[in-house]
Amino acid sequence: MFEFVNTLLIGITAGSIYSLMAIAIVLVWRSTRVVNFAAGGIALASTFVGSTILEITGSFWIALPVAMLAGAALSAFIEYFFLRPLLKRSGDKNQEIFLPIIATLGILGIMKAVLHFIYGEKIGVLSPPLSDKGFIVSGESIALSPLRLLILGIVLLLMIALTLIFQRTNLGLSLRAASFAPEISRLSGIRVDLVRTVGWAISGAAGATAGILQTVNGSGAVTPEAFEFSLLLVFGFVAAVIGGIESLVGAVVGGLTLGIILAIILMYLGSSLVFFAAFLILILVLLLRPNGIIGVKGGRRA
Amino acid sequence: MLRVKNLTVDHGAIRALHGVSISIEKGQLAAVIGANGAGKTTLLRTLSGLNKATEGSATWGDLNVLHSKPESLVRHGISHVSEGKSVIPELTVSENLDLGALWRRNRKESAQSKKEVVELFPRLGERLTQRADSLSGGERQMLAIGRSMMSKPQLLLLDEPSLGLAPLVVEQIFQSIRDLSNSLGLTVVLVEQNAMGALKIADIGIVLNLGSIAATGSAAALRDDPAVRAAYLGF
Amino acid sequence: MGAVHSRHITNKHRFIGFVLIGLVVYILSNIVDEWRAYQGATVAVFVVAIASVILLTGYSGQISLGHGALLAVGAYTAALTQIYFSAPIWICFVAAVLSTALFGAILGAAAARLSGPYLAGTTLALAVGLPSIANQFSILGGEQGITFDAGWPPLSLGETFTQYKWFLWIATLTALISLWWIQNILRSRYGRSWRAVKSNEVAAELVGIHLGRSKVLAFTVSAGIAGLAGALLAMTVNNVSPSAFPLALSFSIATGAVLSGVSTLGGVMIGSLALVAIPLIATSISDRWSGSENLATVLPDFIVSALLILTVFIAPKGPIEKHRSRHSK
Repeated sequence: MFEFVNTLLIGITAGSIYSLMAIAIVLVWRSTRVVNFAAGGIALASTFVGSTILEITGSFWIALPVAMLAGAALSAFIEYFFLRPLLKRSGDKNQEIFLPIIATLGILGIMKAVLHFIYGEKIGVLSPPLSDKGFIVSGESIALSPLRLLILGIVLLLMIALTLIFQRTNLGLSLRAASFAPEISRLSGIRVDLVRTVGWAISGAAGATAGILQTVNGSGAVTPEAFEFSLLLVFGFVAAVIGGIESLVGAVVGGLTLGIILAIILMYLGSSLVFFAAFLILILVLLLRPNGIIGVKGGRRA
Repeated sequence: MLRVKNLTVDHGAIRALHGVSISIEKGQLAAVIGANGAGKTTLLRTLSGLNKATEGSATWGDLNVLHSKPESLVRHGISHVSEGKSVIPELTVSENLDLGALWRRNRKESAQSKKEVVELFPRLGERLTQRADSLSGGERQMLAIGRSMMSKPQLLLLDEPSLGLAPLVVEQIFQSIRDLSNSLGLTVVLVEQNAMGALKIADIGIVLNLGSIAATGSAAALRDDPAVRAAYLGF
Repeated sequence: MGAVHSRHITNKHRFIGFVLIGLVVYILSNIVDEWRAYQGATVAVFVVAIASVILLTGYSGQISLGHGALLAVGAYTAALTQIYFSAPIWICFVAAVLSTALFGAILGAAAARLSGPYLAGTTLALAVGLPSIANQFSILGGEQGITFDAGWPPLSLGETFTQYKWFLWIATLTALISLWWIQNILRSRYGRSWRAVKSNEVAAELVGIHLGRSKVLAFTVSAGIAGLAGALLAMTVNNVSPSAFPLALSFSIATGAVLSGVSTLGGVMIGSLALVAIPLIATSISDRWSGSENLATVLPDFIVSALLILTVFIAPKGPIEKHRSRHSK
């Protein structure tokens, strides 16, 4: 029984981090119809920033917000200088998605190369700010630790913040309108291009948080070739697609679903089937609902 | 004073407008009629910044209308309600309205505008918290016009507001447009397939055919013109 | 009449071109050392792999970020056929093509309703998910993998005929034959139907093209070719293991396809050469400049990524289309 509860806890924690990454991807998809692989690079770079700030100030609570800002700035930079000019040229309807994907892959490659060059073999340490020793319940240590609570707390907080921003603020209204109907939004006076950049910035902040939490939840150290980040990107993307890439709620659902199921598989079937399981989950969901669990038929009109 | 001189607009290899020249005085309601593909929609889209002109000029007062982004033209008082009930179905009625006033920073004034829109279209007032996709066709058109009124325009560009609506609703909407123009001194460019309805409420009329102007004049004169009647009014 | 006439000329030209390439490789194979022969074989592998992506994505409009997994299927099939049936190398290749094609058919059927990001996500998950299965089943050799013993060059070629030169010959011949076959199918009514579906599904259906069948066929053919590339890879590298098929491989192939110009087959050499040559050039550059090992590891990826971005910006349809359009205006 304990084992199962522990597995669930582990899965929910990992899943919530995937959800953050999925949110980052969904945000960019909805605002610019681009699958943003560079989100992985942004998360990586921001995590390095975070670890540097941690080194300087010794405080995780300063490092995290600064990393989020770095992620936001970097993401906005990429949107403004790379994606905007690229999307202006896109004509061919089907290449409309393939070429931007490849472009973001290229940006990811450059970011990784640059980070590797700057940091070399150095490891960015990001030790968790809270203990990762599980609480004792009925004499047994369960998988819930202060650290885990913190991670879940941060993710929950971010999701509440995002929901409030989107549903209750003018900015949020602009973001939603611009992603549903950019032309109508322009005709209503919304600076759609600026709004899109803001959408990317928020995505960058979410990705940065995901990167930091993933590191803190895992090895506590970040390197340019860190496998954790490839994992984060792939699972984040898969989670977004499972949930339905048009929906932020879907990103959360997809992330949690993926996290929990994978944790169960990891526990009971071993580690080498985990990736294949992710693939199976994805294809099963898509067979039943080709637009993801929260299957919203996306597609931009005017 | 909307002055369009020699406006030429291309869609790729196709020339949609050939050297069109129009003059509309402030406060006038101009009906632009013509067959499908005559270039009426292109005209509006060029005036609101969605399409690029190849040649020619267009000014609203002393503002050069071409070469501007739509979102900045809105801030200068030009509002375009595009074809096809341009509301955002996923947003609520209230949100759709708010959208029109977002660029205006003044909350009090925006709230006031919303009140006025609801007075003009009480049906919207009843459905403020409902999603826009639950509205009927006529209500959506009212919402679209209401949203554009939220930006306090001086020049209103309307693209086929009667499309797909029942005759009674069409009358209502046309009447509202006329009332708005009268009470607020709005300049209106009304593009319509429903030529009769449009000419009935308009001050002046412009007939477009295959991208060029076929006829202009007072609405009354055009209503009586036999050629126009034959071609567009069906009798 | 004139247009048909010129198309015939072009086809003959192509054939001569292929023969010429074959001759060039033959001549080179006699001068270069084993290391270069190995690289040449690798180029051939990429040529076939990239061609399969061009067919699927460029012609049929279906994104794949997971062709590495398909190469893995082909590679493992070839190796297993050789181990358990002691089959000659050509039979192993055929087995690889057939098994991967079958896999592709199933995958294509499952993916036929998907498009855009959903298809991208599925193929991405496949790229990460499929190779790792080998770790689970001992018959597949686990982490260390299994060996593919392609055998020695036949004695008739002489005693000094080296192994990698033999591989180079096989790989080049296979690649040339595959390209010829692919080129023909792309020009056939199947290729035309793929193009039609890609540009406008509704219109294609109206003309009587069965969307599902067309898409599945594209997946099947593309997979078969990818399987062949995998078999060639197994031959060249001797060993097939999950670590030979990381996500990076799928990305490389997609990258190579874009560098070549994903909508036409003509530039397929460009991408392949780029992928193999750039790491070499980068290593020698960084050796000369700073000898920094860090730079050496980093530079190839940097250059490839930069080229990729440049290509997407400047010549989205690939360098060949760009050249053509510049000269036709």
